[in-house]
Amino acid sequence: MSTAGFNSQNGAGTGQPYSNGPSQNPVGLQQLPGAGYGSGHQSPFNLMQAKAPSPSVPGHYSPGPFQPLPPGSPYHLSPSPTAYPAPQGQPLLTAPLIGRPPSQTPPHSASSSPGLRLIPAQPTPPPPPAVSSSSYHQNPLQTAAPAWHYNTSQPTMRSPAPMILPPHGPVANNVNPAASLAGQSLPPPPLSSAAYNTSPPSPHLSQTQSQPQGLGMPPTSLHGYGQPGSAPPPMNPMAPHTYQPIRPAYGPPPTGPPPPMRPTPPPTGPPAASGTPPPTKADAQCGDSVNSTVSPTEPDCQEGDIECPGAVAGNGPQATNSYNHVDSKMAGLAQPGPPGRHLGHYPSLPPGYQNTSGPPAPSPMHPAMQAATQPYTQAPQAYQQMSGGPGMAQLSPSLASMSLQSGTPEALRVVNLLQERNLLPPTPISAPTPCLTQDLQRINCSPEVYRCTLTSIPQTQSLLNKAKLPLGLLLHPFKDLSQLPVVTSSTIVRCRSCRTYINPFVSFLDQRRWKCNLCYRVNDVPEEFMYNPVSRSYGEPHKRPEVQNATIEFIAPSEYMLRPPQPAVYLFVLDVSHNAVEKGYLNVFCQSLLDNINALPGDSRTKVGFITFDSTVHFYNLQEGLSQPQMLIVSDIEDIFLPTPDSLLVNLNECKELVQDLLKSLPSLFQKTMETQSALGAALQAAFKLLSPTGGRMSVFQTQLPNLGVGALQSREDPNQRASAKEIQHLSPATDFYKKLALDCSGQQVAVDLFLLSSQYCDLASLGCISRYSAGNVYYYPSYHHQHSPAQVECFQKDLKRYLTRKIGFEAVMRIRCTKGLSIHTFHGNFFVRSTDLLSLPNVNPDAGFAVQMSIDENLVDTQVVSFQAALLYTSSKGERRIRVHTLCLPVVNSLTDIFAGADVQAISGLLACMAVDRSVTASLGDARDAMINAAIDSLASYRQFALTIQQPGLLAPACLRLFPLYILALLKQKAFRLGTSTRLDDRVFAMCQLKYQPLAYAMPMIHPSLYRLDDLTDEGALNVNERTIPQPRVLQLSVEKLSRDGAFLMDAGTVMYLWIGRNCNPIFLTQVLGVPSYADVLDNLYVLPEIDSAESQRTRALIGWLRDQRPFYPSLHVIKDESQLKASLLQHMIEDRTDSALSYYEFLLHLQQKITK
Amino acid sequence: MEAAVFILSLVDCCALIFLAVYFIITLSDLECDYINARACCSKLNKWVIPEMVGQCLSTMLMLISLHWFIFVLNLPVAVWNIYRYVKVPMGNMGVFDPTEIHNRGQLKSHMKEAMIKLGYHLLCFFIYLYSMILALIND
Repeated sequence: MSTAGFNSQNGAGTGQPYSNGPSQNPVGLQQLPGAGYGSGHQSPFNLMQAKAPSPSVPGHYSPGPFQPLPPGSPYHLSPSPTAYPAPQGQPLLTAPLIGRPPSQTPPHSASSSPGLRLIPAQPTPPPPPAVSSSSYHQNPLQTAAPAWHYNTSQPTMRSPAPMILPPHGPVANNVNPAASLAGQSLPPPPLSSAAYNTSPPSPHLSQTQSQPQGLGMPPTSLHGYGQPGSAPPPMNPMAPHTYQPIRPAYGPPPTGPPPPMRPTPPPTGPPAASGTPPPTKADAQCGDSVNSTVSPTEPDCQEGDIECPGAVAGNGPQATNSYNHVDSKMAGLAQPGPPGRHLGHYPSLPPGYQNTSGPPAPSPMHPAMQAATQPYTQAPQAYQQMSGGPGMAQLSPSLASMSLQSGTPEALRVVNLLQERNLLPPTPISAPTPCLTQDLQRINCSPEVYRCTLTSIPQTQSLLNKAKLPLGLLLHPFKDLSQLPVVTSSTIVRCRSCRTYINPFVSFLDQRRWKCNLCYRVNDVPEEFMYNPVSRSYGEPHKRPEVQNATIEFIAPSEYMLRPPQPAVYLFVLDVSHNAVEKGYLNVFCQSLLDNINALPGDSRTKVGFITFDSTVHFYNLQEGLSQPQMLIVSDIEDIFLPTPDSLLVNLNECKELVQDLLKSLPSLFQKTMETQSALGAALQAAFKLLSPTGGRMSVFQTQLPNLGVGALQSREDPNQRASAKEIQHLSPATDFYKKLALDCSGQQVAVDLFLLSSQYCDLASLGCISRYSAGNVYYYPSYHHQHSPAQVECFQKDLKRYLTRKIGFEAVMRIRCTKGLSIHTFHGNFFVRSTDLLSLPNVNPDAGFAVQMSIDENLVDTQVVSFQAALLYTSSKGERRIRVHTLCLPVVNSLTDIFAGADVQAISGLLACMAVDRSVTASLGDARDAMINAAIDSLASYRQFALTIQQPGLLAPACLRLFPLYILALLKQKAFRLGTSTRLDDRVFAMCQLKYQPLAYAMPMIHPSLYRLDDLTDEGALNVNERTIPQPRVLQLSVEKLSRDGAFLMDAGTVMYLWIGRNCNPIFLTQVLGVPSYADVLDNLYVLPEIDSAESQRTRALIGWLRDQRPFYPSLHVIKDESQLKASLLQHMIEDRTDSALSYYEFLLHLQQKITK
Repeated sequence: MEAAVFILSLVDCCALIFLAVYFIITLSDLECDYINARACCSKLNKWVIPEMVGQCLSTMLMLISLHWFIFVLNLPVAVWNIYRYVKVPMGNMGVFDPTEIHNRGQLKSHMKEAMIKLGYHLLCFFIYLYSMILALIND
């Protein structure tokens, strides 16, 4: 029965069923509830404080942080053995940190940093006292501090141990979003209590409405929510149907977690926010995480969260995750961190977040755009309002309900595409909000993590077919989150038949039974689940963190391990042929690795190894005791073997000096090589043999076509055919060698990341398989040269840094489950699908995205909502087995209009791109292009035919799909799919790879770049991030007509940015930003902006830096003049313009219209 | 002589029936998650060529013995088997590719194909049996 599913999950290791008998993991044992508990109190503290430091601490994983901890703290113990320092400390709780700390003991309050994050909410101070009273425990807690994690209150923890092990305190924080929120905002302890109250009001289990009232009683809750009480009514009309039926009794306390509301920014906090709204948002973000999601904005928030703590580094912050934060916190412990400090950190807004909030002005939208953008913006609006000061908060409920109601009509507003030229909203587009009750939506999974192409799921397959829109999910499951609840529990509650993890969308039939929301089986609530560690009360299973957070992480007990968690193992396979030496990448690589060697994620067991190859394969003996690294050359590449199997992979900590020696000498070692051949296949086989006992990550650097021994490839591209070919050949691999090897690697938990630095054809279509099926990444630097292309060198350096230091999960598997009646039939991304819904991911990294397509097998007639759950089981770099669970809930609708109203145009385009890549490989590029065009035609025709009541002339689209034709045209002109333009085969294949495995947020700018005018930047409407002011220029249409000779324009195309300087460009811009007196003096290959101390320069650099911070890879910047060679590549991105071989946007619309009306 | 041809065909047909059943069982194991995609595909790919040979054998037998109707009945299946084998892209690991089998409903279509073949072979089985008996009686 359940075993099958279960097993597979476990399978990460071997794929065998649990039944075999869980192999125990020594490491796993560490977490004894008791242990965690006892010492826990201190650690929690640490966490809090740590935050402050965190920003500065880049190395997330480094064990270092731990040390600072007080010896007594439980954390110490656990961390050293395994790993995640921070996490462990919190096993229970997790990151949320938020509010509690402040409230607790005064000293902690100092650590207010957490408090800041949460900011809860209470803009207005007044209520606090009342609040405290209201909450039940609160008072005791506050003063006693026992309960709270941060407080150190071990005392309180005492019994709860069974459930959530570790430090309750932390748990509590994590767990109760609401609580945290409230607490944080107000420094005074009482407030914190208030926060609490709101959430806990468990007493009122029954009705949501009733609850609010109940809550209302507690002073604080009222405050924030006060309104909420009233609010509920409005809401009900909309969503109630879906929601209530499911869990009538328990209804999440509607108001309970005020999260949605962002209290006014704490006085100190604001630094970041320019406008009032932003600050609040920031707060919200931090605080929200707990709740998980309020609305579209939330996702951003999460990112923001990350940044809040870590703040500074562009990419860095991303890399850091909750764990990191924790670590940092721990490290920070020593220093209580003055509150002020925290605030400072706090302010930083996550870039993403800001986007959403974009129009900082309280007035949500641009008036002009409002109508058009509404569908998109509505969520933000609601959000903002909520976040707004107290006054806003009061209004929020009604507003929210309004937005819900009005949302549908707005999304469906009929737009005649032929007449409305200016369709682009001035600010980035956020995901539509599913039409759920506010309560459900509040806890729903963030769209940054989980996005569905149709936020309203059709009831039947025939309805879906009628809408002609693809149904699928886009996931970013391992995204860096700053606030992630972590739960340690000896039993993880799952459905007995489908193995679904308990989640916020299950319904409790009574105290003892819950009904699975995926298979509808009724399950028992285990005894230990009855205890709620957050409120430390018994008999409230629905208040447990698992049931309050749609994104949560479990520390897995030993049943989830088939073998002891593997250590972090990194093997570098380097091409050292003549070509590689010419490129000069070795220097950069060795230097980067030397710089970041201490930041590699891992613990005391971390291992590294090196292999180099040209026509032979060279191994490096790094065994402890040698005075210098020993090179072993194996020239038998037909039958490769390991010369000394034991000493090639060595413990990094023990042999660090040897490794450093090797890295220093490596670049010079091959300086004079004349070997031009490349035996990549043999090197990969050797590397596989080396890694197969442990699993790990293999990073392969290749600079030419492998042409010797196994896996040798021939050049298949005819450069003369590039532009003229009607059909593109050779998009599929030439050999199955790399695919087979990748599957072998996958079976042994080895992932292969490929760095391709080649200006010649390398057959990426074949080579890429090695990464594609082993869940690796592909990086491609087509014109890399250490002297000739400094921009690419910089890019490579930055990417390497991110690559080496980002979080990593080993021996992972991901299972995506959906409600009975839906089934997944196609997967996109880098992984191997081991069984019907199980993805095998030898490594998982925070930059990987996944997409799946679904079909509706059974009619969903009796269901109001459906849920999707992605569970990622992985081994952290510290040797802990963890499960990250995301659950998304969406409404089911039965009318075509509702389906169209819920369409998410970005997700649809992203999914179509993935499907088109598949089609190009299995059929042909022409087919793929036709399929995309047909997708646009069919959906608009279907809209016209079935959803439109009044027939008008023109090309009509619902407002939510108004960008659909534009995105399709953008895809047709994208490097991956364009025809008629000279595109190198490898470039094309790489673009396809990116479309497949980039998360949607990163893929969108590659599909449809953004164009900004830079010479008239102002601070109006600017965002405030990390105390930097980020101007927010309007997004312009991608048409040459928007470029004017007297301006300067920035095009952000995802992986590259172009700064175009007009011939008559404003001289102030030239002197103040570029530092040159006149247009003629602008250098042709400029790729960095000089740091000039002027307002214009700062604004420009702030904007570019901010755009870069939003993605994990490093987009290089090219300054382009009229006569630059690169001008052509800029013009290729002008999607709305006509080119020799492609239609302009208007022509494309006419073409669509012709097809539709035919 | 004629009886010998049909006896041979009958044996061949039995083998094909077993093969079709084996395909169905293995694919449904994969569907139910009892084996993983890699194991399933390597098992099945081993039998793709034997199946093709078996089918061609009976087709040729009918052609040689000039049984036109049965030959025409056999021909499409033999052609399909050959076509399927020849059309495998270079990068794939055989007709059943573990990395593709869970995509685009391939598993279902493989299953459907195996079912249809099973039905077809059963039909052939009875035709051969009938013809064999007829041939024996005529002798």
